[in-house]
Amino acid sequence: MELFLQQVFNGIMLGSTYAIVALGLTMVFGILHVPNFAHGQMYMLGAYVCFFLITIFGFAYWPAMAMSAVVLALGGVILEVLVFKPVRNAGGIAPFISALGALIIIENAVVVLWGPEGHRIPNPYPGIIEVFGITMSTQRLLVIGVAFALIVLLQIFIKKTTLGSTIEAVAQNKEGATLVGINVNRVSALTFAISTGLAAVAACLVAPIFMISPSMGMMVGMKAFVIVILGGLGSIPGAIVGGLILGLIEAIGGGYFSAAYKDVFGFGALVLILAIRPTGLFGKEIKGR
Amino acid sequence: MMKWLKTNWFYLVVLVIALALPLVITNRYYSQVITMSLLFAIGALSLNLILGFTGQMSLAHGAFFAIGAYGVAILTYTLGWNFWLALPSSALLAAFIGFLVGMPALRTRGSYFAITTMCLGEIIYLIAGNWMELTGGHNGIVGIPVPSPIAVPGVLEITFQSQASQYYLVLFFLLLTVFVMHRLTKSLRGMTFLATALNEDLSEAVGINTFRTKLLSFIVANFFAALAGGIYASLIGSISPSVASLTMTFNFLMFVLLGGITTLAGPIIGAFIIPILLEYLQFLQDYQMILFGFLLIVVIIYFPTGFMGLYAKVRDKIKKSKVGA
Repeated sequence: MELFLQQVFNGIMLGSTYAIVALGLTMVFGILHVPNFAHGQMYMLGAYVCFFLITIFGFAYWPAMAMSAVVLALGGVILEVLVFKPVRNAGGIAPFISALGALIIIENAVVVLWGPEGHRIPNPYPGIIEVFGITMSTQRLLVIGVAFALIVLLQIFIKKTTLGSTIEAVAQNKEGATLVGINVNRVSALTFAISTGLAAVAACLVAPIFMISPSMGMMVGMKAFVIVILGGLGSIPGAIVGGLILGLIEAIGGGYFSAAYKDVFGFGALVLILAIRPTGLFGKEIKGR
Repeated sequence: MMKWLKTNWFYLVVLVIALALPLVITNRYYSQVITMSLLFAIGALSLNLILGFTGQMSLAHGAFFAIGAYGVAILTYTLGWNFWLALPSSALLAAFIGFLVGMPALRTRGSYFAITTMCLGEIIYLIAGNWMELTGGHNGIVGIPVPSPIAVPGVLEITFQSQASQYYLVLFFLLLTVFVMHRLTKSLRGMTFLATALNEDLSEAVGINTFRTKLLSFIVANFFAALAGGIYASLIGSISPSVASLTMTFNFLMFVLLGGITTLAGPIIGAFIIPILLEYLQFLQDYQMILFGFLLIVVIIYFPTGFMGLYAKVRDKIKKSKVGA
């Protein structure tokens, strides 16, 4: 029972970071209908920016996280303009290829600049709390807390503010949004900024727990895709639920069966779910894409 | 006959050059690079079938290449089978896995399919790295024998120890692949592939069973990917999980896109030019991949049809200017 609760806790921790990474990805998909394959690499860049701000520039943990989110938000806008905008109307496999190019560039640039080896961000909250026999490090609790706060804030932003509702408007109907005077280009840039900014925060949150390395983005990016598809492309509640499900599947599968195969469980679950529902759990039917 | 020569002289010249190449190039290293290019051309051609002709972005291509490689490695090295039995068995196994996997995966479309196959590729990569007893884990399998000799008693015996013989072996399989792809894509069945790529809903409306079309294309593509993988394992002599990695798929993608998607010559040209280019760009070392990332983006934005598209454009321009004059 204790092992189970411990794994559930770890699963929720993992799942809540996955959820924020996947949220950004699903928003971009909802707006641009482009799968941003480089999303995991932006996440990785976020962790590096945070690492350098703390170790070289002597930032404290929270300002470093905020700064990293801002830098990556800008990075997201640049990515959108350089990589996705030119192929927006090309259709077919063009956006995939463009995104793959971006992925290859970012990952290898980081290897060249800062080496392939891993780094560790000093843990700002090394304390441990024990409840019902489950060990919870303060940092892990913090991850869950911040993730949920972010999700709530994002919901409020999208549902209650004018700027936020333009995002939803463009996602629902691009032509309609243009007709009522929404600048689609600006909304695209804004969505990308939020998306990569969120990824940076998620990276900064888990960086003190795991190592950071150039290859850390690939796996997380792929998992974010799994989640986005589990939940249905473009669905925000789907991303949150999907993130938690994947985190739990991994933690419980890894804890009870085999840690080496924990990723196989997650990916296997995706294939199984898609076999039953080809558009994901919350997805709508898409035609002609 | 003369008419046939007139239209096909170019291909005949290429074939003669290809056959004579081992006589000209005696440097072991270059010979190896060229043999590998031919081998990757088989993989690129098969990716082109599913990606270009059928419009389905399969990101599990490297994984199916790996299934062929591991299949041949395990059957010949661990179980001591004859290569000529192990190679078709591995390719058929990959085709069968392609069928099993394609049944659920091809129900999805577009981005969903790309990501599903990416996950499948990752699962195969993880299994290759972790199933110690079968695959040797991260160390892989070392000491895979070269293809078994073909012997016709009393007449001749072909061995595959020398580099030239290995080159001809790969060339034979490349020609076989080109032949099958040519027949397939030019047939009525091939037209249904293209129709599915261009507009799936419309194809369905005119009575094409798009699901079966995609499944057939996926199975054939995976069969040839595994064929290339099996030969690769036998010629290189050792394999590790990296043959199943996404990088492998990216390489094939690059060959297809830079060479020219949805053409038969494009993937071959891509598989030839890029490794040779890489040899010359070795001084760039770590920057190589960054350069390729840039190339991918530039090509997809400005020359979405790759080298072959560029060639066709230039040829049309020359023709037009001739007519004009």
